Amino acid sequence: MAIKTHSKLEKKNTNTVKPFKGKDLITYLIVVVFFTVFQVLASTGTLKNSLKALLVPICVQVILAVSLNLVVGFLGELSLGHAGFMCVGAFTGTFFSVLMEDVITVVWVRFACAFVIGAIAAAISGILIGIPVLRLKGDYLAIVTLAFGEIIKTIVNALYIGKDSNGFHMSLDSSKLGMGTDGQIILNGPQGISGTPKNSTFLIGFILVMLVLIIVNNLMDSRTGRAIMSIRDNRIAAESVGIDITKYKLMVFTISAAMAGIAGVLYSHNLSKLTATTANFGYTMSITILVYVVLGGMGNVRGSVIAATILYALPELLRGIGDLSSYRMLIYSILLILMMIFNNGTYFVSLREEIAYKFKNKKTKTAGEAA
Amino acid sequence: MVFLSQLISGISLGGIYSLIALGYTMVYGIAKMLNFAHGDVIMIGAFVIYTSVVSAGLNPVLGVLIAMVFCTVLGVLIERLAYKPLRQATSLAVLITAIGVSYFLQNVALLIFGSDTKQFSSVVSLEPVSLAGGELVISGETIITIAVSVVIMVALYLFVNKTKPGKAMLAVSEDKGAAQLMGINVNGTIALTFAIGSALAAVAGALLCSSYPALSPYTGAMPGIKAFVAAVFGGIGSIPGAMIGGILLGIIENLSKAYISSQLSDAIVFAVLIFVLLIRPTGIMGKKINEKV
Repeated sequence: MAIKTHSKLEKKNTNTVKPFKGKDLITYLIVVVFFTVFQVLASTGTLKNSLKALLVPICVQVILAVSLNLVVGFLGELSLGHAGFMCVGAFTGTFFSVLMEDVITVVWVRFACAFVIGAIAAAISGILIGIPVLRLKGDYLAIVTLAFGEIIKTIVNALYIGKDSNGFHMSLDSSKLGMGTDGQIILNGPQGISGTPKNSTFLIGFILVMLVLIIVNNLMDSRTGRAIMSIRDNRIAAESVGIDITKYKLMVFTISAAMAGIAGVLYSHNLSKLTATTANFGYTMSITILVYVVLGGMGNVRGSVIAATILYALPELLRGIGDLSSYRMLIYSILLILMMIFNNGTYFVSLREEIAYKFKNKKTKTAGEAA
Repeated sequence: MVFLSQLISGISLGGIYSLIALGYTMVYGIAKMLNFAHGDVIMIGAFVIYTSVVSAGLNPVLGVLIAMVFCTVLGVLIERLAYKPLRQATSLAVLITAIGVSYFLQNVALLIFGSDTKQFSSVVSLEPVSLAGGELVISGETIITIAVSVVIMVALYLFVNKTKPGKAMLAVSEDKGAAQLMGINVNGTIALTFAIGSALAAVAGALLCSSYPALSPYTGAMPGIKAFVAAVFGGIGSIPGAMIGGILLGIIENLSKAYISSQLSDAIVFAVLIFVLLIRPTGIMGKKINEKV
């Protein structure tokens, strides 16, 4: 049974991946058209403010979905701590921005540095998580990533960091920070970081989305990408032809984490106050991203982009019509279950195989008659 | 004395974790799946008790019994509708489905009861016991929790090892195909496992909310995850392992809350999980399973 599904996966991939550039181009085109339309609408003032406020968060969600798809869809491991990486990126990037607000006055230089720092910090945490992950797989891996996400959130909520003329002060207790009179608390425990410069714009979000898409698409079309997908399709077979599973798993985790970190920096610089809650950096968020990936199609980059955009924006757009947002997660959860049963359920899989078999028979029959 | 009282409340919390972990470990042993929704069954059970005791004014014991029946039906129904069609699917698909079920239960509760935290009234009406001249006070909830968990664990141990359905459960978890050839109703046994696990979840819900009387749709999520940590700690699939793991985890959590940092106690619990998985991935009592190619 297992072998059957693997061969089917491979078949599906060769079918969809073959016209590499064309497939990717359509994705890029969709993003560019989306950006142009909304940028024009926004600059001419025809776009409502409530809609305009959605544009940057949509970019954040898209980056998160695409980067999680790298782990779930292409590597075939379930990560439930994606929001944790986003949290690391958001807090380190914002910390840097607040710290350097008066030192680096050129906005774009500071913002670019914040992105780099956020991405590197998230990548390091990705490596740290990747090391134990290499020993585990399946359910254990999922629960360990979840645990890591929660640990990160808990630590961020318990940590106080301040700066005065003597340098940095770090403590788990706000009263023991021991700062001078000129001290300024930057990370204030559960109150988070406030006074973040609001640098995120739709243009920056768009550039980052394109960057992430180009990296992921080209990575997956390369030798490395095929090695990663072979681990997903059959780990033992991949290992036996000399693919270094450890190396590729760690690589995917690190890249995915770095991208989530970038999303975090983009997210935090769209708000003036950054706090870590269950809704934005907890496992609720991780699962929401997972829903985007699963509903968009695991291993399908374009699907993730579209699913993240629609699923994020739709409830906000329909807010006027009835109280849909309270039903949103209920509908998502039902969709998630149905999708899984329809795609993987014994009954539906055999039904589809039956239909495919009949279709094939018909084809060969007509071909035979023609000859 | 402070240490002793912390230790006792840790054992009490650990007893609750053990009850939840038993549900995880039995289902994992038999269906080879991580039932992510187990924590939310606890929450549903607690809400059933809340409705029947606080709103309808029934006897607390009757309320717990109603919740046990309700959760049993719910557990079997979840298995039948969501997990059974996926018996042959990959573990990733099953896990995502379980997450979907978990979210579904949370959101149903959210729509019915709202997101505000309800004040749960304790189902235990036992006076606290003072020991050592009033220096050590043990609450009624703690005593009942420890007593109930011990009774349930012993009963479950006897059930699994001494009765026919229990032995069938062991056989199915060992080898599904061989068990079927021996005339064991595999589907029935799996349903029974879910039923027992869910009934235990209802009891755990009652005890949890009696000791920590705040009830919201998210109440079950964190204890559920921690109980899974306990199950892994003890060795997933092993019933004695779940008991030991649960109690150890409860003690670790309570002591770290008291002596290290109350904010960081969750992080410490999860760090324990990672540490255990690094040192001994099969847990304390787990068996090593060799992978067949």
